[in-house]
Amino acid sequence: MHPIVRTIIQRLLLGLFTLFLVSLIIFSSIEFLPGDFGEAVLGQAATKETVAAFRRELGLDLPAYQRYFDWVVGVVQGDFGQSFSGRASSGQDRSRSVIELIGPRLKNTLFLATMTAVIAVPLALFLGITAALYRNSIYDRVINATTLTTIATPEFFVAYILMLLLSSLYNVFPSLSGIRADMTFWDKIYVSTLPSLTLTLVIVAHMMRMTRAAIINLLASPYIEMARLKGISSSRIIVRHALPNAWAPIATVIAFNLAYLVVGVVVVEVVFTYPGIGQLMVDAVRTRDVPVVQACTVIFAGTYIMLNLIADIIGIISNPRLLHPR
Amino acid sequence: MSDDQTYSAAAEVGQIKLQRSRFKRSWIELKKAPPTAWFGLIMIIIYGFVAIFAPWLAPFGEADSSFSSFQPWGDGHIFGTDQIGRDIFSRLIFGARNTIGIALVTTLLSFAIGGSLGLIAAINQAWLDQLISRLVDVLMAIPGLIFALMLLSIFGSSTIGLILIIAVLDSTRVFRLTRAVSLTVVVMDYVEAAKLRGEKLGWIMRREILPNIMPPLVAEFGLRFSFVFLTIAALSFLGVGIQPPTADWGSMVRDNASLIQFVRPWVTGDAFGANWGRLGEDIKLASPPLLAAGAIALLTISVNFVVDWFLHKTSGLKE
Repeated sequence: MHPIVRTIIQRLLLGLFTLFLVSLIIFSSIEFLPGDFGEAVLGQAATKETVAAFRRELGLDLPAYQRYFDWVVGVVQGDFGQSFSGRASSGQDRSRSVIELIGPRLKNTLFLATMTAVIAVPLALFLGITAALYRNSIYDRVINATTLTTIATPEFFVAYILMLLLSSLYNVFPSLSGIRADMTFWDKIYVSTLPSLTLTLVIVAHMMRMTRAAIINLLASPYIEMARLKGISSSRIIVRHALPNAWAPIATVIAFNLAYLVVGVVVVEVVFTYPGIGQLMVDAVRTRDVPVVQACTVIFAGTYIMLNLIADIIGIISNPRLLHPR
Repeated sequence: MSDDQTYSAAAEVGQIKLQRSRFKRSWIELKKAPPTAWFGLIMIIIYGFVAIFAPWLAPFGEADSSFSSFQPWGDGHIFGTDQIGRDIFSRLIFGARNTIGIALVTTLLSFAIGGSLGLIAAINQAWLDQLISRLVDVLMAIPGLIFALMLLSIFGSSTIGLILIIAVLDSTRVFRLTRAVSLTVVVMDYVEAAKLRGEKLGWIMRREILPNIMPPLVAEFGLRFSFVFLTIAALSFLGVGIQPPTADWGSMVRDNASLIQFVRPWVTGDAFGANWGRLGEDIKLASPPLLAAGAIALLTISVNFVVDWFLHKTSGLKE
C-alpha cells in the first residue's frame, strides 16, 4: 500500500476513535446529574410515580453500557431523545423531540457559517499574502496592529460596536436577526449581515496572521532567494514559486479557523438573537435541558473534529516530503 | 604577589564591573521597552490597583439597588444606573475585582495542574506520559467553550464550579507547552546527575527543570490569563458564568445590552452638519454595555502587548 494511503487511513481511524471517546464523555455527562434531577425537571409537585416513570423513560434502571449503546444508535439515526422542557409534574408530556428543535436551527447556523466563510476566506488570504509581500511596510504594520487588537477583543464587544454604528446610528441593517424559513435568499443575507460581519472580523484576524506567517516562513527558503536573484518579479515569485508550496499551510489555516467559527457562532448568535443552534445550546444550558445540550455538543464537537481531520489530511496530501518518505 | 593571596577572577572583574541590582536591571530593560509595552504595563497596574482597592474607590455598594433605574450620566452617578437601579460606575469597579480575581485564580489553578502534570510526563516519558497525553488529546478534541457549556449544564453555575471547569479544560494547553519545553531540558546532563544523586521527583521538577523553562511559561501565563478572562467573560455574558448579584463585566454587558437599540438614528442638524449634542446624549445612553465590554477588551489587549514584548525580549530576537 502506498505510504500516504496508509497514513490517511491511520488518521481516519484515529479520528473515529476520538469521536468514540468524545461520545463516551458526552454520554456520561448524564450520569453525573444529581440524583434528584427528576424532581428538578418535573417540578416540585411531581408525584413519586411520575418521577419513577420519568426515570424509566430515560432508562436509568438499565445498565450504563446498554444505555450508551442505545444512545449511540439513536444519535447515528438522528434521534437524540426527548427534550426535558415541557414536562409537567402531572405526568402529561408536552415535550418535543430534540431533533425537531435542532433541525431548522442547524440550517440557520450552517447558513451563517457558510456566508461568513465565503466572505472571510478570500479576504483573509488576500490580506495575508499582501501583508507578507509588503512586510514591515506601513500597510503591514497597520494590518498587524488592527488584527492583534481584534483577536484580543471579546466577540460581543465587536458585535455591539457594529450594532451601535450600523443599526442604531445609521439604520442600515437590522439589529436583531430574526431569520425565518419563508424569507427569500436575499432577505436572509440582509438580515444576517451584522452577525456575519462580526464573525468575519474575528476570523479574518486569525486567518490573516497565520497566512502571513506561513508565507513569510516560505519566503525565507533558499529556492525563493534563488528565484529573486534570477531577477523574477516579486508577484511572479509569490504566484509561481511560493504559492504551490504554501497551499498545505494555508489549507490547514482555513480548516483551523472554520473550526474556530464553530465556537464563535455561539456568542454572536446570542448577541443578535439569531435562531441557530448556538443560541439553542445556551438556552438549554440555562434550563439544564441535558438531552438538547448533549445533541448540540455532539454536533459542535463532531464538526470540530472533522474539520481538524480534513486539515490534517490536506496537509499530508499536499506535502511532497510526506509523499516520498525516506 | 604574596603567597597568602589567591587569584580570583571574580574579584578582578568586580573592581571594574558595576554590580547592578535586579531592580536596576529591570529598569534598564523597561526604558528600552516599546510604547505599546509601556501602555500595557501601566494599564495592568491601574487595573490591579482598582481591583485591590475596589471597596474604597467605589462610591456605592456592589449590589446597592436603592436608586431609580436607568438614570442618565452625572447627577451623583458618574455613568448613571442600570436596569434595577445599581450605580454603573461602582459595579464597574467591583467588576474589576471579581472578574480579574476569578480569572487569575483559574489561571493559577490551571498552571498548577497543567504545569505539574507536564513536568511529570516529561520526566517519566513512559506509560504515565502516554496516559496523560492521550487523555489531553481527547479533551482538546472538543472545543473549549462548548465543553465548558456542557459541563456547566450538568454541575450548574456556581463560582467554584466555574473556576474548576475552566481550570481543568485550560490546563490541557499548559500541559502541552510544559511537556514540550521540558523535554529539551530533561535530557540535560545535570538532570541526569540529579537523578543519579538520588534526588526525588519533586526536587528534579522544582529545582532542576522549572527554573530553565520559566520564560516561555511566564509568557504563556499572560496569554492563558487573557484567554481564560475572555472565556469567563463570554460565559457570564451568555448568562451561565458568574451569577448575580456579583458584579462582573460579562453579565453587565448582557444586562444592559438592550440600551444600544434605544439610540436614535444619526441626523444632520446644525450648521456643522450634525447634531453633536444629541449624538453625545445617545452615546451616553448606550454606554453601560460598551464600558463593560471595553474594560474587558482593554485589559486583554494590554496583556497581549506586554506578552508580545516579553516574548520578543526572551527569544533574543533582534530587529
